[in-house]
Amino acid sequence: MSVLVYTENWDGKFKKLSFELVSYATGVAKMLNTTVTAVSIGKVNETELKKLGNYGANKIINVNNDKLITLDNQAYTSVIAEISHKENATIILIANNNTGKAIAPRLSVRLKAGVGSGVSKLPLNLNPFTVYKRTYSGNAFAHVVIKSDVKIITLAQNSFDLIETSDNAIIENLNVSIDGSLLKTVVKDVQKQSGKIVLTDADIVVSGGRGMKSPDNWPSLVELAALLGAATACSRPVSDEGWRPHEEHTGQTGKIIAPNLYIAVGISGATQHLAGISSSKYIVAINTDKDAPIFSAAQYGIVGDAMKVLPKLVDAVKEIKK
Amino acid sequence: MKILVCISNVPDTTTKIKFAEGNTSIDTTGIQWVINPWDELSLTRALELKDDAASGIKSVTVVHVGPASSEPTIRKALAIGADDAIRVNAESSDAWFVAAQIAEVVKNEQFDIIMCGIESSDYNGSVVGGMVSEFLGVPSVSAVSGINIENGQPVLTREIDGGKEVVTVSAPFVAIVQKGIAKEPRIAAMRGIMMARSKPVKLIEPLAVEPLTRIVVFEKPAPRAACKYVDADNPAQLIDLLQNEAKVI
Ligand SMILES: Cc1cc2nc3c(=O)[nH]c(=O)nc-3n(C[C@H](O)[C@H](O)[C@H](O)COP(=O)(O)OP(=O)(O)OC[C@H]3O[C@@H](n4cnc5c(N)ncnc54)[C@H](O)[C@@H]3O)c2cc1C
Ligand SMILES: Nc1ncnc2c1ncn2[C@@H]1O[C@H](COP(=O)(O)O)[C@@H](O)[C@H]1O
Repeated sequence: MSVLVYTENWDGKFKKLSFELVSYATGVAKMLNTTVTAVSIGKVNETELKKLGNYGANKIINVNNDKLITLDNQAYTSVIAEISHKENATIILIANNNTGKAIAPRLSVRLKAGVGSGVSKLPLNLNPFTVYKRTYSGNAFAHVVIKSDVKIITLAQNSFDLIETSDNAIIENLNVSIDGSLLKTVVKDVQKQSGKIVLTDADIVVSGGRGMKSPDNWPSLVELAALLGAATACSRPVSDEGWRPHEEHTGQTGKIIAPNLYIAVGISGATQHLAGISSSKYIVAINTDKDAPIFSAAQYGIVGDAMKVLPKLVDAVKEIKK
Repeated sequence: MKILVCISNVPDTTTKIKFAEGNTSIDTTGIQWVINPWDELSLTRALELKDDAASGIKSVTVVHVGPASSEPTIRKALAIGADDAIRVNAESSDAWFVAAQIAEVVKNEQFDIIMCGIESSDYNGSVVGGMVSEFLGVPSVSAVSGINIENGQPVLTREIDGGKEVVTVSAPFVAIVQKGIAKEPRIAAMRGIMMARSKPVKLIEPLAVEPLTRIVVFEKPAPRAACKYVDADNPAQLIDLLQNEAKVI
């Protein structure tokens, strides 16, 4: 019996999300009195791999195969399934992000393992095995029993704190053979902006709504974001109008995010918008209408005109960064 | 080529969710049921492809696993333009169960492109599409934000961290779609609504499949602390609170 955790890297580096997963895995392993094995696929050097040990991984299985450079859902599933058999894993942990959503369900069928997705707490109960998951776009949470012997959990981002331990992990390099003819998705073209803060894993997000009035008013919002090391986002009408790119649209039909801090500027706080951001740790609302529903979701608020408030916020942040 | 669009039947996105029977199920009084927003967009894109003779798409079928009470949602899909529908007559007890039923439908009817949404807005599972593909042993492409058919070859755009990838994949495959797949959902016109009445809805009895998960109880999210207001003339105070009280910057 062991807990297996798939740790994703981006260009050879693990993001906070991967460490959250290992911390969570360590918590689950403690409950079950067992060990944590982390799996990494891709080119990650030893110093980076060792970091997984700082959060409690006992063993790190490092898979590096040129055929696994781009995500082929079937190939990744096969590799993780094989390792999970070898490690006799009963719990498999994956992030609830694009990659996790691609792999977890396939793995589920391969291993006949029930999935609890978007989980945000340690298991509530071991017998029956019960997880706590987000439902109705954050308007409710469900206690879900997973009945199968092997269980898959996808962890919601930013829902579990990093817990450092001083354990030393062993690294095991694993060679896997991948039959090239089985790779079914062929990548023709990649358009990637490097260096940009990716919205779905940003710690801080500054977001604008229709209350920003015009795309011309965005520079102060973008400047605030840059000063805070934040990603920028927007409400749906803003992206529909073409004021901001579609990638920035958050909400039920856009991106679902859970940063530490979400600053909503000129956003009314419609349920469909909140559906994408309600798991944020802190929400700040800046809005001229004191009755705007966003204030009921926010911990901090300013009732005021965004065009006047934003420049002052920029100055205030510059002041503390001095 | 034939497209199958999987649709789930969910409460309208503005619904205030309430629970019944000791919080073990949702209180359905007054709820408006709609096609899951992602599935509505999938359907729209599937119909756009069919409208383009060069795509080689011959038909668009919708499938739903659910009881007779979800018929109006199926009719809506037909009114929007689907050619026909299949309903697997069962409560959608869990994702595993639903995916097994859909996979069986695909095996029997030979669809080339199967479209699922990235998540249903009720259960937020994000798993049915991937499960269907693995049950069938066919490729799946996830986070799909665009789909085209070029010279008979499906070409998909999928979102990756910080950008996009264009991929090709051979049919049959499952496309798990998200934002961008279509601009606006297509709306049923009067003619479509009339025509929907006579379109076929095939009823299939479910395979015996044991669900792997079960919802025991629902709870509402913990209420957030009341909002602390900062004076609009002094936003520096907000920065101070974020830095020293919330400790997030
Ligand atoms: C099926 C469905 C799915 C949807 N999905 C999404 C989704 O994913 N994401 C999403 O965002 N929406 C979604 N919507 C739309 C949603 O219902 C709202 O219409 C939308 O979120 C409103 O955007 P907004 O807050 O920017 O604009 P508005 O509602 O117009 O609000 C603008 C706000 O700005 C304030 N304001 C005005 N002037 C100023 C100023 N000078 N300074 C500061 N504040 C000011 C106003 O008081 C107001 O509160 C969806 C709708 C449907 C039906
Ligand atoms: N009962 C159902 N019948 C048909 N398709 C479904 C059903 N439930 C989910 N789906 C499909 O699977 C997608 C993801 O659902 P889920 O995994 O529940 O989040 C939805 O967008 C639908 O395309």
